Amino acid sequence: MTGYVGARSAGPGTAGSPAATGGPVTRASLAGATLPGAVPDATGHFGIYGGSFAPEALTAALDQLTAQYAAAQVDPQFQAELARLLHDYAGRPTLVTEVPRFAAQAGCRVLLKREDLAHTGSHKINNVLGQALLTRRMGKTRVIAETGAGQHGVATATACALFGLDCVVYMGEEDTRRQALNVSRMRMLGAEVIPVTSGSRTLKDAMNEAFRDWVASVENTHYCIGSVGGPHPFPTMVRDFQRIIGVEAREQVLAMTGRLPDAVVACVGGGSNAIGIFHAFIPDSSVRLIGFEAGGEGPEPGRNAATLTAGSAGVLHGMRTYLLQDDEGQTLPTHSISAGLDYPGVGPEHVWLRESGRASYRAITDSQALDAFILLCRTEGIIPALESAHALAGALQIGPELGPDGVLLVNLSGRGDKDVATVSERLGL
Amino acid sequence: MNASPVTRAFEQASAENRGALIGYLPAGFPSVDGAIAAAMAMAAAGADIIEVGLPYSDPLMDGPVIQEAVQHALAAGTKVADTLRTVEAIAGAGVPALVMTYWNPVDHYGVTAFARDLAAAGGAGLITPDLPPEEAGPWLEASDAYGLDRVFLVAPSSSGTRIATVTARCRGFVYAASLMGTTGARNTVSGLAAGLVGNVRAHTKLPVAVGLGVRDGAQAAEVAKFADGVIVGSAFVQRLLTAPDLTAGLAAVRDLTAELASGVRGERVTTPAPSAAPSPATVPVTSPGS
Repeated sequence: MTGYVGARSAGPGTAGSPAATGGPVTRASLAGATLPGAVPDATGHFGIYGGSFAPEALTAALDQLTAQYAAAQVDPQFQAELARLLHDYAGRPTLVTEVPRFAAQAGCRVLLKREDLAHTGSHKINNVLGQALLTRRMGKTRVIAETGAGQHGVATATACALFGLDCVVYMGEEDTRRQALNVSRMRMLGAEVIPVTSGSRTLKDAMNEAFRDWVASVENTHYCIGSVGGPHPFPTMVRDFQRIIGVEAREQVLAMTGRLPDAVVACVGGGSNAIGIFHAFIPDSSVRLIGFEAGGEGPEPGRNAATLTAGSAGVLHGMRTYLLQDDEGQTLPTHSISAGLDYPGVGPEHVWLRESGRASYRAITDSQALDAFILLCRTEGIIPALESAHALAGALQIGPELGPDGVLLVNLSGRGDKDVATVSERLGL
Repeated sequence: MNASPVTRAFEQASAENRGALIGYLPAGFPSVDGAIAAAMAMAAAGADIIEVGLPYSDPLMDGPVIQEAVQHALAAGTKVADTLRTVEAIAGAGVPALVMTYWNPVDHYGVTAFARDLAAAGGAGLITPDLPPEEAGPWLEASDAYGLDRVFLVAPSSSGTRIATVTARCRGFVYAASLMGTTGARNTVSGLAAGLVGNVRAHTKLPVAVGLGVRDGAQAAEVAKFADGVIVGSAFVQRLLTAPDLTAGLAAVRDLTAELASGVRGERVTTPAPSAAPSPATVPVTSPGS
């Protein structure tokens, strides 16, 4: 692989997209842009981050995936099928909605990229459809996935139902309790949901267990990682499949406002929705890119999942990235009200974006996210996912910095049906 | 560079026309001193080399038995320094000690500092299950600087090219993972193990040791027919997990070591109840996926 993979792979997202007013987005159409470097390199490094720290037993499968993904990127049939699925099945392009009543609290214009309206209720379907096509291309018949909030698990179970693939989803026992609706959805879709009782019983441990399954099943099984993490090629591949969010939104905002937004904000757990909406804007140096992590109950170790703002460099789940770890390199427990952000690592490209200065990251506490959640419900009639509520809380912080003429684009990465029990309990509704 | 203690142990086993026995125990389980005592029992009963596992919060190559022991060790507050102390005790008893570790604790400690402190403790080197040679630059340098062995893994899925790449960076021995899966005892020796060892021998003169799934003397004897070393981990940890107290655990470790040591010598061995593993002679060797 050479050059800037993300730019080259604009095709899959745009080929069938009615939102593509000016034809497919190409490197040339991102004119005047200065890319901050060619990332990743051929072995998946974003600067010093990323790479592949995988067990040797998985090396052959990762090499196969890398090769098949590279071939699929230049295969018109693959791209046409993905574009068709994204349009006809997932419901893309998703809308961009201006939310003036919410914006009154933010102090600038606020536009929401409505990934909550994609099929299955979040952005996760974009990546899963791509990986399901690759699974079929590799001749594999079984798919495993990890899930935190259950959004990726539901999307994976959905694609497996559509493609006739066996599906097993690993989910921390703690998360199966707080996201019970999604457990039921996955089971209805025919997936086996395995509650993980090791470690902290959340997303990190679900990922450990999925890796253990994969090492033993790799011959017929694809591990459909849901975020921009894991060993190469996952961070790049998942980013490319999610990149359509920003490609669409950039054109939609231009059409609605006649200009680029001043800032783009998203929540960051592993970081797939954030990289998805950021990526097309990276060359637009006037556009601030800001990710909002789970600040949980505060900065004390173990009480948040704010990896970039509170962590340090290390190796976990096959990648070099930032981690929440103790002074012995042991992964710390994490906390967030949002199961989807409750993860002690982050995608390596986010670390690189931060170190290069192109993006910045801040933490949002549980209670700030809850306030933003309720505010969007009550002002706009939209129930966001608790994950996305972190981005909305971020918008309330950034808005005053932009002023009344400012335009802020928020990735509303998912809908909040799954969170009604958690929020009702917290707020006594 | 002088031959490492690990190399000498393989040479001695080879001179005696037998396989080397490599036992694994995590540091800090059932306690730091208990693990040292268990390692001493292993050494006294015939282990040629001992692997000390560095307890880590996310052991994604380990099955439930080692996971449980490691969680216990971490919950009891086991530190990297305790692993080094365990290594020091084993090396002091004249048995080569390698540390088996996931990469992040070493990365966080500082690769050079870890190599320095491991060498100072008398450790022979590292086994690194989640560090491919391509990402191992600092460790290649530090292991050279401190004269430490570096053991990377090959798997049944490794291509010939891949085996050549990995074994070119190994020193001490090559760890051949006998099956596609996590650590843990299996009823039969993987049918993939002998073929993998043969493939490795086509690329290196280093000793090849087989790990994953070996649990008793009969299996050790079978593996020792085609490999230079037999690695046993979960079966030892299981003995310690199920023992009513440390004394009984140590006795069980001693007994298993003796059984395995007989096995690698090709001696007649009995498989004690309750495992009641069928003899490999009467049961076809199956691949783990079957």
